[in-house]
Amino acid sequence: MIAQHLPILQVVLPLLAAPICMFIRHPRVVWMWAFVTAWLCLPMSVGLLLKVLEQGTIVYNLGGWAAPWGIEYRIDILNSFVLIIVSMIGAIVLPFARRSVEREIPQKRIYLFYTMLLLCLAGLLGMTITGDAFNLFVFLEISSLSTYVLISFGKDRRALTAAYRYLIVGTIGATFYIIGVGLLYMATGSLNIADLAVLIPNIGGNRTVQSGMAFLIIGLALKAALFPMHMWLPNAYTYAPSVVSIFLSATATKVAVYAFIRVVFSIFGDVNILEILPVRNMLMVLAIAAMVIGSAAALYQTDVRRLFAYSSIAQIGYIILGISFDSVTGVTAGVVHLFNHALMKGGLFMVLGLLAYQIGSTKIQDIAGLGERMPLTMAALVIGGLGLIGMPLTAGFISKWYLIQAAIDIGLWPIAFIIVLSSILTVVYVWRIVEVIYFHRPVNPINDIDRAPISMVAPMWILIGATIFFGINTNATLEIAGAAAKALLAGGV
Amino acid sequence: MKEKIILRVISKFLIPYILLFGLYVQWHGDFGPGGGFQAGVIFASGFILYGLIFGVSNVRTAVPSAATRILLPLGVLGYGLVGVMGIFKGGNFLDYNVLAAAPTGGQHLGIILIELGVGVTVATAMITIFSTFASRAELQKPRDEER
Repeated sequence: MIAQHLPILQVVLPLLAAPICMFIRHPRVVWMWAFVTAWLCLPMSVGLLLKVLEQGTIVYNLGGWAAPWGIEYRIDILNSFVLIIVSMIGAIVLPFARRSVEREIPQKRIYLFYTMLLLCLAGLLGMTITGDAFNLFVFLEISSLSTYVLISFGKDRRALTAAYRYLIVGTIGATFYIIGVGLLYMATGSLNIADLAVLIPNIGGNRTVQSGMAFLIIGLALKAALFPMHMWLPNAYTYAPSVVSIFLSATATKVAVYAFIRVVFSIFGDVNILEILPVRNMLMVLAIAAMVIGSAAALYQTDVRRLFAYSSIAQIGYIILGISFDSVTGVTAGVVHLFNHALMKGGLFMVLGLLAYQIGSTKIQDIAGLGERMPLTMAALVIGGLGLIGMPLTAGFISKWYLIQAAIDIGLWPIAFIIVLSSILTVVYVWRIVEVIYFHRPVNPINDIDRAPISMVAPMWILIGATIFFGINTNATLEIAGAAAKALLAGGV
Repeated sequence: MKEKIILRVISKFLIPYILLFGLYVQWHGDFGPGGGFQAGVIFASGFILYGLIFGVSNVRTAVPSAATRILLPLGVLGYGLVGVMGIFKGGNFLDYNVLAAAPTGGQHLGIILIELGVGVTVATAMITIFSTFASRAELQKPRDEER
């Protein structure tokens, strides 16, 4: 019975576990509850991926109503891969969360924190799993609203303004998305993504459909923090509680990019929108701008968290660039980078969470000379940084390798150079951290560094270790991403 | 606004009917236009009118925050559990047909229970939002009393 209902249980479990947190209220017990929930979600995602690999796309009709009328959950290789990213990060973040949250969030609000975290998890999983454009909006709102609350939990008072800013921008993004869905519904009479993909080619030139597409792309680009629409992201990641920046940096923008891919390749797949309208060139320009400007802005940051937030903007540029190539290699690079970047950024933000726990700061002058005091943690920071640069033997290398290959394949040499240029900028900002850590003297030596609890160190090393593991053993990730890319470009849903 | 006799009398007269209408929309949802969301808002508007005229603290006494904190998640849970019931009875999630012996009966039962969950959560959410913001304003300037 469970196997058959796996698609819905994946979402309903965290969705219903969240309100139950409100009844439990005891901080430790609530954490246990969230922990168990997140760890139940992971095997479900793995089960779904295995089932998809074995028997192809899974379809689940909610309430027994058949597809174009009812809501259906439709799981293919691409979204089961994204499901794994989300639930894996959720499962790894929760053991880390216990100590970090106890330190950063007032005791009597902890249960609210975990309620929101589970809701956010449910929202992201729901966005990924659903095959219905309107249902995607509902889950987008569930995840966004809980994200705003989660960011505002930050200790720094600026967390409130950051959350408010994200609320305004995020709401505009969600509104644009729903306007886009509305316009498509007006033209086709359908909300089901698979059904839209069938109906739209007949009316591809329709002005309503085209403006609908523009709204969808802009709305989702806002949520994904694609370059000129990224201004909410640095503050949100910097001032949010550590656990929240780990979770969001590794999942939230990834899921928005996933939805973006769905719009471009599934809904408008048969129209081949990347060819007809200059969407493709537009995306390419924005992605390149994101890569260069994001990396350049990272150079000037004085807070390491902010630095990595800007680096995230650059990394989203890589993903979108891969998608805009509109070739199997390019989309493979984009999809595999969804996964690899989640590992690297999750790992790096965990290091920063550990720093916030141990020395209470992530300012660049406060980490001066820490290489001696915390050799292992700093080593993790360096490995994560190498991953961002794209050193061989780290996961980042694989994504960049494929990206450059894709650029050369379609004869866009200059873009290959820009990818290398942006990697050099990455070298510079990572080196700046390395220099401060290992070669500077501590400005104001901190004597009492708290011992790092194993519950925080272990998850950090799992993610950093995974960065290396998936840099060496690339078969699984590349195979899945490649299969997903082929399916997307074949115009299938 | 407690001294304004017209407001006081009229609202006292209206509030029971507002609540009654809210309940009507709630329970009639499976036959006619209506449903949990609208019912919840109408029901809560009775409390909000009461709060506007007689003061937020009175609403707080009528619906203490301990109650809203329980009712808010309870509605969501109710909704979800009806959906899960569908799975246990052998259908899909939110499949009402299997809830009762006959599919029609199941649809009625399912929609009533779901809308009840929606109604409870929406009504409590509206009351909570109102009383949170209003008690903030009351803390800042209790000017109404001076007039």
